[in-house]
Amino acid sequence: MVVSCEQVWREVSNYIDGEVDPALRVAIEEHIRGCRQCAAVLTGTRNVVELYGDERMLEVPFGFGQRLHRRLDESMPHPRRSFLGWMAAAAAAVLVAGSFEIVRSLHSRSPQPRSELAQRGKGIPPDLKVVATEEGRLFHVPGCEFIHDKTKLRAMTAAEAERQGYAPCPRCLKQYLVAEEGSPPKGVSS
Amino acid sequence: MAERTALDRPAEQLNEAALLRRVLAGEYDLFYELVRPYERRVYAAAFAILRNEADTEDVAQEAVLKAFKYIRQFRAESRFSTWLIQITVNEARMRRRKAHANLMEPIAGREDEEGNYAPRDFADWREIPSETLERKEVRQKLAEALAELGQIYREVFVLRDMQHLSIEETAKALGISTASVKTRLLRARLMLRDLLAPGLGGGWSSKLSFAKGTKPW
Repeated sequence: MVVSCEQVWREVSNYIDGEVDPALRVAIEEHIRGCRQCAAVLTGTRNVVELYGDERMLEVPFGFGQRLHRRLDESMPHPRRSFLGWMAAAAAAVLVAGSFEIVRSLHSRSPQPRSELAQRGKGIPPDLKVVATEEGRLFHVPGCEFIHDKTKLRAMTAAEAERQGYAPCPRCLKQYLVAEEGSPPKGVSS
Repeated sequence: MAERTALDRPAEQLNEAALLRRVLAGEYDLFYELVRPYERRVYAAAFAILRNEADTEDVAQEAVLKAFKYIRQFRAESRFSTWLIQITVNEARMRRRKAHANLMEPIAGREDEEGNYAPRDFADWREIPSETLERKEVRQKLAEALAELGQIYREVFVLRDMQHLSIEETAKALGISTASVKTRLLRARLMLRDLLAPGLGGGWSSKLSFAKGTKPW
């Protein structure tokens, strides 16, 4: 199969997402080897996906979470407490505060996700060889094109990566991402 | 309602389904724990549409309040985060329609969605180290390029490439077909490359000189 520049441009996005069939993939790669312009388009497009896909691009204003929590709290239906109820709540709060550190230490072995946003994986073979960087949030199949910093890679098993709070790369490990099923909610649109 | 024990307190230990059950059973103060893992997504989805910090924060809050109000309509077979983003997108679109009824779309947004998009620039853009993202100026320039896109492209790009929703989830959250998601995503990526590559080609890390007042783009 031979593809034109226009076909490469049309498919470059699907190619990056691994959504083209093997024959077309080979044809695109063959074309790119001999076409500097299309190679530049592919590299640049991949850079766009990589850069914007970084969590640092999702900045929220300082205090956003607290303000959201406060507003939510204000609009929640709160049952009225009696005086004794308040006293019980105050006592519970003291107990909670005192035991919080203990609870934290009890749970400290649980993996803290490095990313709030990345999807969790399911069914990843525990002994699968993967790589991750110390500062990164994702783990990858070795050779994945979306590894940010290839010079600081650490090899480990998928089970170890998950224990350390890494999430699977949404590109090279996408077959293991927890898939969504079902229909969209009704009645909440404008 | 029984008082929660100290061991219940780190609510992040509870999984989403358990949290949801408890909220539905009347422990409304746990709703924030349900939302907290996605609050940045909510903000980013609203900002993609509104591009205005004050409106975005207000709409993000409204969307979360609305999610709470309609929590009983949530279908558990759907992902909670997608449902929340869908509500956010609807809220943001409503706000935008009210506030920007006559706003002109940027030039990049006037592309004919059905036609092909040809790259305009073939500047070589080599592999770049992610450390550049540590620079606030670089993130700012990327944000500015994103703002240049038309809304329909920006929405798809933010949900798919910045929030890593699947094609299907993006389609569901925006109420469009998967084919439209793919078409718009292609254009968004190519347009961003066109906007960024000429200034960044070959010199991303070594030749940036914001400090000297020379803007590379």
